[in-house]
Order: sequence, then C-alpha cells, then structure tokens
Amino acid sequence: MMMVAAALIVWAGMWWLNARIAAGPQRLWASIFVPLSFGVTILIVWELLVRGLNVPNVILPAPSEVYTAFVANMGLLWQDFVQTILKGALAGYLIGICAAIALAIVIDRIDYLRRGLLPIANFMAALPIVGVAPIMVMWFGFGWQSKAAVVVIMVVFPMLVNTVAGLADTTAMQRDLMRTYGAGYWQTLFRLRLPAALPFMFNGMKIAATLSLVGAIVAEFFGSPTTGLGFRINASLGQLALDTVWAVIVVAAISGSLIYGALTLLERWMTFWHPSQRR
Amino acid sequence: MKSAGPVLVVITAILALWYLAAVPMNVKEVLTQAERAGAIVDPPSAVERRDTARLPLVMRNPELLGASWSMERARLPAPHQVAQELWASTWDEEVNGRRGIVRSGSLSNRSLVYHGGVTLGATFLGFLIGAGLGVLLAIGIVYSRVMDMSVMPWAIISQTIPIVALAPMIIVVLYSVGLPSLFAKAVISAYLSFFPVVVGMVKGLRSPDAMQLDLMRTYNASGSQSFWKLRLPASVPYLFASLKIGIAASLVGAIVGELPVQRGGLGARMLGGSYYGQTEQIWAALFVAAAMAALLVWFIGWVERRTLTAMGVPQ
Repeated sequence: MMMVAAALIVWAGMWWLNARIAAGPQRLWASIFVPLSFGVTILIVWELLVRGLNVPNVILPAPSEVYTAFVANMGLLWQDFVQTILKGALAGYLIGICAAIALAIVIDRIDYLRRGLLPIANFMAALPIVGVAPIMVMWFGFGWQSKAAVVVIMVVFPMLVNTVAGLADTTAMQRDLMRTYGAGYWQTLFRLRLPAALPFMFNGMKIAATLSLVGAIVAEFFGSPTTGLGFRINASLGQLALDTVWAVIVVAAISGSLIYGALTLLERWMTFWHPSQRR
Repeated sequence: MKSAGPVLVVITAILALWYLAAVPMNVKEVLTQAERAGAIVDPPSAVERRDTARLPLVMRNPELLGASWSMERARLPAPHQVAQELWASTWDEEVNGRRGIVRSGSLSNRSLVYHGGVTLGATFLGFLIGAGLGVLLAIGIVYSRVMDMSVMPWAIISQTIPIVALAPMIIVVLYSVGLPSLFAKAVISAYLSFFPVVVGMVKGLRSPDAMQLDLMRTYNASGSQSFWKLRLPASVPYLFASLKIGIAASLVGAIVGELPVQRGGLGARMLGGSYYGQTEQIWAALFVAAAMAALLVWFIGWVERRTLTAMGVPQ
C-alpha cells in the first residue's frame, strides 16, 4: 500500500510542478522539461504500482525489469536489430522509395497513366497491405528477403501518392520561367520540379518509415529464421518472458524514433528553403 | 468519372500481368505434375529442375504448361482461381454447405462471411473506443496547457513507433487475464486508431483563427459556447480526415491481433492458409480485407459528405 500511495503522491506532485511551469512564461527549457518529466513520472508510477500491487511478472513487468532484460539480452537484441531493421526494413524501404519515385516520374509524364494508376494507388494506400506477408514468406522464404518484399509493397503506394502530388506543386509562373530559360523537360524536372516536390517526398518518406518497421516485424510472425524482432516477440511470449518482449519493443521504439529523427535532419538540410524549415 | 476508362485499362493490364506471371511462378510444380502423368520433361531429373531458373524451364517446356492456371495450392493462383475460392467460401459455403446459414441456421466457421464478421466486430469496437478517447484527449490537450506540453510530444513520438509490435503481447496478456478475445483485439484496434484521431482533432480544434476567437469574445460567449459553436464545428473536416486513417488502422490492428490467438477472423484465416499452403485461401482473405477497408473508408466518407452538407459547408 505504501508504494501505491507513493505512486499517487509522485503523480500529483509532478503534475503540480508541471502545471506551475506550464502556467509560467514560455521558455525553451520548459518545453523540453515538461514532456520529459511527464515521461519519467509515468515510468516511476508504473514501477511503484507494479511493485505495490504485486502485479505478476507475466502480465506487466516493471520498467526496472525491462531494463535488466534489455541489458542482459543486448547481444541477442543487436542481432535481431540487424536482421529486422537493417536487413529487412531498410532494404525494403530503400527499394520501395526509389521505385516509387521512378514510377511517380513516369506517371507524371504520361497523363493517361496518371488517370489510370493514381486512383488505384490512392486506394491501395488505404488497404491492410500487411496481409501480403504470408504470400511473400511463401515466395521468398523465411529470410530477410521476404520481409523486404513486404516492406516494398507497403512503402510504395503512400510514397507514390506523395511524390506525384509534389511534382504537381509548381506554379505556371515558375514553369514558364524555366521555359524562358530554354530548359528542356529533364532540366525542368531536376532543377525545379523535383526540388519543389521534396517537402512532399519527405512527408511520404516519414509515413513510409513507420510502415516499413511495421511490415518487417509483422512479416516475421508468418515465419522467420531464429533471429529478428518479430521472432523474438513471439518466442519470448511463448516462454512468458514479458520483460524480454518489452525490451524488444524498446528496441523497435528507439529505432523508429532514430529513423524519424534522421529523416527530419535530412529534410532540414535538403529543404532549408521551405517556409516550414526557416527559423 | 473521366478516369473510369484509364482505371479499367490499368486493372485489365494488372490482371493480364497476373496471368502471365502465374506461368513462371508455378512452372516447377506444373512440370512435376506433368512428369507424374507420363510426359517427358526437359531436364528430366527433379534435382536438375530445382537448380534451373524458372524462365528457362518455361522456354524449354512450352507444351507442358497447360495446368499453370489450374494448379491446386499454386505458388501464385490465377485470378479466376481466387475468384472461385471467394465464391466458394462466401455464397456457396453459406447457401449450399452443410454448415452454412441456410442449413444450420448459423454462419459456417469455414466461410469468409463469418471470419470477416469477426474481424469487422473487433474493428468497429476498437475504432469506437479509440476515436472516442482520441477526441476526449484532444479536447483536454486544447484546453489544458499542461496536458498539451506533457502529452502532445509523446503522442507525436508514438506515431514513429511500430505499435503493432505490441499486438501479440496485448492479446496474450488480456487473454490470460480472462477477457474475451474480441475485446483484446479491440484494444489493439483502439490503440492504432487513437493517435491519428488525437493529432487530427487537436489540429482541427485549433483551426479557428484569432479573428474568429476574438469575435466570440466580443459576443461575450462563454467557454463552452465558443467550444460548441466555433471550435467543434470547425474541427469536423479534420476529424473526418483522421477518422478515415483511423478506421483503416483499426482494421490492420484487428487483423494483426488475430494472428496469435487462432479464434477466427481474417488474420487467423491468412495464418492458417500460410501454415497449410492454401494460397487461394490467403488471397481470398486478402481480397475480403481489401474490400472491407475500401467499404469502411467509403462509409466514413459518406457520413462526412452528409454531415458537411447538413452543416452547410460548401463542397
């Protein structure tokens, strides 16, 4: 009971502190400190509640146990990370993005294809494409290739739709200017339209990044070698080692945030001219 | 509707490609079958065939490929085989089957109608919970600075995390606690549809500009009045945009949630098909899932159009 009471006190205290800071003047350190302290509070309350209420380990492990499992299985988790993220997700992501950009340029050039393919691509972007995972596992085997194939299919459509929208995002004035410079189709494409499409493409790439992790992990539920984040989740569930499952989820969360952060940095560097990036 | 022609042409092209691709995809099994039936296959030994690529095999045995589009358990079943499976596992199973609704009075557990229904139930329940909580949290975030500062960054970060990875654990844990599996799946659906709704709704509730908020203030409107008469109506288009994303995510959540506990549903059907090599079954389940997603998104779009028309928003 002591711990439950302590959890409530910590929660109330941190909330009061955050409320005080939030009500004060807006400063940079406040906008970092408040969410951070909220996260820490959640972890502390979680830890205290799990210990105080004696929640069994197989239902919800405490954060400290997850941390212990994370450290203890570091080598194993690194292998899983390489197998799922670096091989499956990243390979599929790169192939899918490049294919989508190439396809978008073709679609943009040929109006008939735009009218025929774009509605289908829009439709496909909303479908539960994860469902192709069993078929891909059957075709490409249990290795990372089948995961990459699932990722390619999941990534292509949102990226395609965004890139096509981006390529259309130049004004008649800008295109006329290129024509007065005597620029041909390819020059206009590389000097004007692709750079103008970059903000849209980064939007698509950010959506695709999360999708690629989802695809790679879920595809492993349908069959995988004995490494991989999805495999580890299933195997540890079978042993009721929930702390390891949570450790895997921590790995997935960290890699998701890292990829997103890297994309944001790349976006800031490549589209420094865009109003949303100026400071 | 001027894009109907090109769309049809593209769909026809995809179907033609599908039929074409089925030949090399199935060639090894087709040749094995032909060999058993007594035909002479070039290269004659199965070991050699295993090591040869698919296209050369097609080139060297053009007269033996008749069975490419009618193989059972094909690596790539032809479109008409998938269509037959769809028909057989929906209408035919229910109307003529021993366990169908006509003879037994309940939906057959082998039909996609039953499995689709299981998935749809979890999707709807999860979507309602997720969207409802999402709207509530969004209102909290818009009206409370503490919640905005502490919760919103996490809501955005959580968008970058493959939440589906949690699905098997949630299912198994809730199942072991004793909750019905419908509810366990709904929790995952809710989780997936929750964050898109929060983010969209916050954007929507903040969409009235300073001028409009000032006008409410000059009318001496109370806080709740400016919420019900300005903020909420202004957020409706944003709400529907995120509801469309949310319901598609809900469906994915329900399907993935059906993988660990084999208690019916399209996800269970797909996993079962992949265990037993029943490829037509996987494809049919996939098409039902696709049709369901399209229908759900269309339904939200229909409600959106009705609502916006009733609100007098020009479209």
